[in-house]
Amino acid sequence: MTDKKLGGYSSENKPPKNIIPAEGGVTYEQVKKQYRFYFNVVNKRYIWFALSLLILIPGIISLMVQGLNLGIDYKGGSMFNIRFEQSITQMQITNALDSVGLSGQVQLSNNGNEVLVRTDALSDEQRDAFLKAIEKEVGSFDRANLEESLVGPAIGAELKSSAIKATTVAAILILLYITVRFKFIYAFSGTLTLIHDVLIILGLFSIFQWEIDANFIAAVLTIFGYSINDTVVILDRIRENEKKMKKRDSYEDMVDKSIWQTMGRSLKTGGTVIIALLAILILGGESTKIFALAMLIGVFAGAYSSIFIASQLVVEYKARFGGRVGSKKS
Amino acid sequence: MKRGNVIKLTITVILVVAFVVLSIEPLSDPENGISLGLDLRGGVHLVLQAEPGKDSTTITADDMEKARAIIEQRVDALGVSEPYIQVDNQKKRVIVELAGIDNPDEAVELLKTTAKLTFRDSDGNILLDGSKLKDAKAAVDNSMGRPNYVVHITFTPEGANEFAKITTDLLGQNLAIYLDEQMIQNPVIRSPIVNGQGQIEGYASLEEAANYAVLLRSGALPVSMSIVEKYQVGALLGHDSLNKSLNACLVALIFIFLFMLVLYRLPGLIADFALTVFSVIVLWVLYGIGTVLTLPGIAGFVLSLGMTLDLNIIVFERIKEELRLGKSLRAAVDAGFSRAFITVFDSNLTTLFAAGALFLLGSSSIKGFAITLIIGILVSLFTAITFTRWIMRWIVGINPRMNKSFFGVKEVR
Repeated sequence: MTDKKLGGYSSENKPPKNIIPAEGGVTYEQVKKQYRFYFNVVNKRYIWFALSLLILIPGIISLMVQGLNLGIDYKGGSMFNIRFEQSITQMQITNALDSVGLSGQVQLSNNGNEVLVRTDALSDEQRDAFLKAIEKEVGSFDRANLEESLVGPAIGAELKSSAIKATTVAAILILLYITVRFKFIYAFSGTLTLIHDVLIILGLFSIFQWEIDANFIAAVLTIFGYSINDTVVILDRIRENEKKMKKRDSYEDMVDKSIWQTMGRSLKTGGTVIIALLAILILGGESTKIFALAMLIGVFAGAYSSIFIASQLVVEYKARFGGRVGSKKS
Repeated sequence: MKRGNVIKLTITVILVVAFVVLSIEPLSDPENGISLGLDLRGGVHLVLQAEPGKDSTTITADDMEKARAIIEQRVDALGVSEPYIQVDNQKKRVIVELAGIDNPDEAVELLKTTAKLTFRDSDGNILLDGSKLKDAKAAVDNSMGRPNYVVHITFTPEGANEFAKITTDLLGQNLAIYLDEQMIQNPVIRSPIVNGQGQIEGYASLEEAANYAVLLRSGALPVSMSIVEKYQVGALLGHDSLNKSLNACLVALIFIFLFMLVLYRLPGLIADFALTVFSVIVLWVLYGIGTVLTLPGIAGFVLSLGMTLDLNIIVFERIKEELRLGKSLRAAVDAGFSRAFITVFDSNLTTLFAAGALFLLGSSSIKGFAITLIIGILVSLFTAITFTRWIMRWIVGINPRMNKSFFGVKEVR
């Protein structure tokens, strides 16, 4: 059953025949009354654009000025997470590093019983010397539970280029798909929304200099999919309502109605995904923290931009260039 | 019609409960269940890069194959279950993954050593090397009154002849024993050794002697290897990550279940039911294709859970809307599913594209994430659309006039 519809639908871009569009559907007034907190989203669109720019501009400036804080996965380096029996101080670790002529970032955790040390990519000899120095200067540590990463500079560069390649290919595929399935204006506003969401994640990660690890790219790509997914749901409704429009109806009101008709879904889906991500962020291990944080920002940005940016861009296009927007003739 | 639906529903519920209960044990079995990645149970991931020697000879595929065989032999000696060893011929690398080992540090040491054994005279000339060894065994020699840890070596017949000649020539002089460029012993030859047997002394423990015996037995790597990538996770930390992730998943699931129930009542209950089926099917597929579950994999799983819910929410919201328009339950359910399918089809296909690109181009940890996401999306199309639709139809069929408030809709006047 599902398959038949899938084939027929995708080739003709028409809803399955057995759907009887409700006669006229609900009215704009009825939709407004469903929400106690109703407000006109479309009329205030310049506020939303300004709000986005307020976050985007500092982010872009920060990206240009200080860039991203790439973890060792992308720039190469060594990282040690060492557990001690007793509590230790930052000074002791720095001294141990100094004694073998190394320097690095030191970060204590777990009441000072655990330390995270990052350095440039160490050779085997440097690494052994460093661990010996730690044993001598600081005391014995739990060798069996030593956590260690080494990414040689060459490997880091490879990971970086493969990540960029993966993102670009995924983005092109997504764009091609929407352009084929929807009209130009949808692909255009969908793309801008996507760039908006990704720039917000990158910008915030740059402003706060949160470290970018291997899983970050997975989060960004998921947001790619999620954001477009979220946007498509609302654009799909606009397309559906546009077909039912009567001559005197205002385009702005129709879009506003579509947004509020899908508001329940937007809030509920956003809410559930955010619950799941909060659980990962708070309860999950250290290694999934960056992932959950990037996803959380992305889902927020994605939900926000689908409602407040994507459809407003369509309205803006319509207001400036006129014409029937976004629906193929049916 | 009514009775038929009740029976179908009851049978489905019983089957699903049985399926879930019977799945728990085989899937979570530590030996034969879903295998866990080294980030979840400790272990080490190592990428060894073959370095061209001083004479800058090119490294051949044959060298790499030999290196792999030798490393495999050393890994076997470690007694690791399901080790993963792979050669990247293009980049001249050997990738080794050892999950669940107790002492990753020691293992790394054992794998990266070239282990070229040489016997040299006092001028440093190489007289004989380890390629002519037949066997090497660790032993304890108690003859000196305290335990002396040694490695007994046995030469091949050819090696034995050469060794006999060398020890005759160098009688009364030193014969240094080197492992790679490190001198491990420099004994004085007191009598010619003609039986092809020797003994290397001076190890701190039997374990250390045993490790060296493994190195000597497996032979020297044809090329020297350096570590270009290494991820080492202690068993304690891996276990901790596993527990935390499972905990996070469980809490997220409970919240989501309650959330759906409160928001959608009866359909919410159906969604929760479908979600359970979804989780178990995804785990079985992961198990079936032999995926190793890693932290990014768990994250991908949670994400696909979220997407399944989105499917349900889109459908249920649509049904609510249709109900508000005054449609009958049956018509609303049908219209809700059909109309939502259009939306869902586009949105999920887009995400599949992203996941596909990740799978093809991403590094190994990203692949783990992508594969669970892809499986999750495909399974969710079945559970959230087809499966949920059956159940909804059956339930509506039982009583087409049931109170619409079961669907979270206030009657519109």
